[in-house]
Amino acid sequence: MKMKKKMMGILATLFFTLVSIVFVAPIFIVLINSMKSKTFINLETFKLPTEESYVGLENYKTAITQYDFLKALGWTLFITVLSVAVILICCSMTAWFITRVKNVFTKIIYLLCVFSMVIPFQMVMFTLSGTADSLHLNTPWGIVIVYLGFGAGLAVFMFTGFVKSIPIEVEEAAMMDGCSPLRTFFCVVVPMMKPTFISVGILEAMWIWNDFLLPYLVLDIKEFKTISIVIQYMKGSYGRVDMGAIMACLIMAIIPVVVFYLCAQKYIVKGVAAGAVKG
Amino acid sequence: MEKAVKKYWPIFLVPTMAAFLIGFIIPFIEGIYLSFCKFTTIKDAKFVGIQNYIEAFKDSNFIGSFKFTTLFAIVSLVLINVLAFLIALALTQNIKGKNIFRTVFFMPNLIGGIVLGYVWQLIFDGIFVKFDTALKLNETLGFWGLVILVGWQQIGYMMIVYIAGLQAIPGDIQEAAMIDGANRMQRLFKITIPNMMPSITICTFLTITNSFKLFDQNLALTGGEPLHKTEMFALNIYNTFYGRVGAEGVGQAKAVVFFIIVVGIGLLQLKLTRDKEVQQ
Repeated sequence: MKMKKKMMGILATLFFTLVSIVFVAPIFIVLINSMKSKTFINLETFKLPTEESYVGLENYKTAITQYDFLKALGWTLFITVLSVAVILICCSMTAWFITRVKNVFTKIIYLLCVFSMVIPFQMVMFTLSGTADSLHLNTPWGIVIVYLGFGAGLAVFMFTGFVKSIPIEVEEAAMMDGCSPLRTFFCVVVPMMKPTFISVGILEAMWIWNDFLLPYLVLDIKEFKTISIVIQYMKGSYGRVDMGAIMACLIMAIIPVVVFYLCAQKYIVKGVAAGAVKG
Repeated sequence: MEKAVKKYWPIFLVPTMAAFLIGFIIPFIEGIYLSFCKFTTIKDAKFVGIQNYIEAFKDSNFIGSFKFTTLFAIVSLVLINVLAFLIALALTQNIKGKNIFRTVFFMPNLIGGIVLGYVWQLIFDGIFVKFDTALKLNETLGFWGLVILVGWQQIGYMMIVYIAGLQAIPGDIQEAAMIDGANRMQRLFKITIPNMMPSITICTFLTITNSFKLFDQNLALTGGEPLHKTEMFALNIYNTFYGRVGAEGVGQAKAVVFFIIVVGIGLLQLKLTRDKEVQQ
């Protein structure tokens, strides 16, 4: 019996090891192809680079010099970090306010936030890009406001869920001692909210970093491109499509995400689980 | 305390609400209004009644995309949830290296839809080129290609939710059942699954709405080809808007229909599965 159990365990580990290899294989294949010259990519996708097809980091050079990949990476990082920071600060404040002040108005705000979470983006994409254009929000600075508006639903919803669970007495004591509401919020409430800050931050960051359609429609894409836009742009450009450079871009887009994931895995998994349960 | 806090509403509410107004409420209301108009930009809108809706439902590509999306949603719903549940069951047992496996399975979820689409396009076309075909030439291949891509992306996510659910089931219920002589299968169907209903609700809800809202992956992997046959709902709407001038109103009408369907499915699904949840 014990032997059998042990055997089963080894078999299970073996099985999942194989599945894991299949799981990461697509990315590995892209990596291999990113080092081949472009003419070989479609013909010999699954072969390792040979002496003939190997070009080293040539494709990466093209991606960076011709397609400005690093600039796109920079803008994506800029938009993501700034938007997430703004969302966290503004939405946590709103969530605290609408939980502590009870009236019809705050109730409506809450319901609107929940409602906005289920709306598909296509419903508002045309009018949103028009509004953003007329308000000159088509820059990486301006788009932050659009992201705050569109990301507020989830953030306010999750923060509200948390604020409801913390006792009001602590805040009352702080205010009794002469703290203003602002100081109470930042010095008493925010420290308690730290886990929710991390969860919401990760969920919003994952969304904004990977988002394609919203920045594509809102940003002035002649000047500002994000990673997804650059890749779609390269692939969509008529005439010659440089498969080599695309492979390099894909790898350079995946690496930061994987590194971030491996460093912050604990928080990401927790954040995702929390977000799913609340959603 | 409430009174003191209330006075601070300009600081606490205004920034978020101003952005919410610009980013969501105004575009949403404008969108509903424009679905009854003919326009090319927001300013030259002319009221035309339900004309746009009539045209939308006459569009065979739109109906086709609805069927394609529904079929896709059903297939991916079953596939993703069954696999994710089984993996979650296995990876909560005592298996060596289970944390590494969890890490690997979850990883694709963090990569963006456009990037994933092109990663898989390379793989599929690399295979199909040997059979003298391509993903963009065959509707069936396109469908299963999308299913595989989305499965690969979402199984890990659902697995995490299921693992969280499994770990929340109190161990003594399982133990009690074991002492009463319930076998493995009985325990799975009579204890584990009923207790997992909240997680199952969440995951089925997420997979269905994700399927209906799918856009980036569809755009990158097949682009709707061949001949709009693999076009899903969201992509069809996008193509109506930006494909040809003059059809913006029809696009907006389609978007409203899309919105109603997504909300409707969400509500229906929540109601159906919530009834099956057991109270602890």
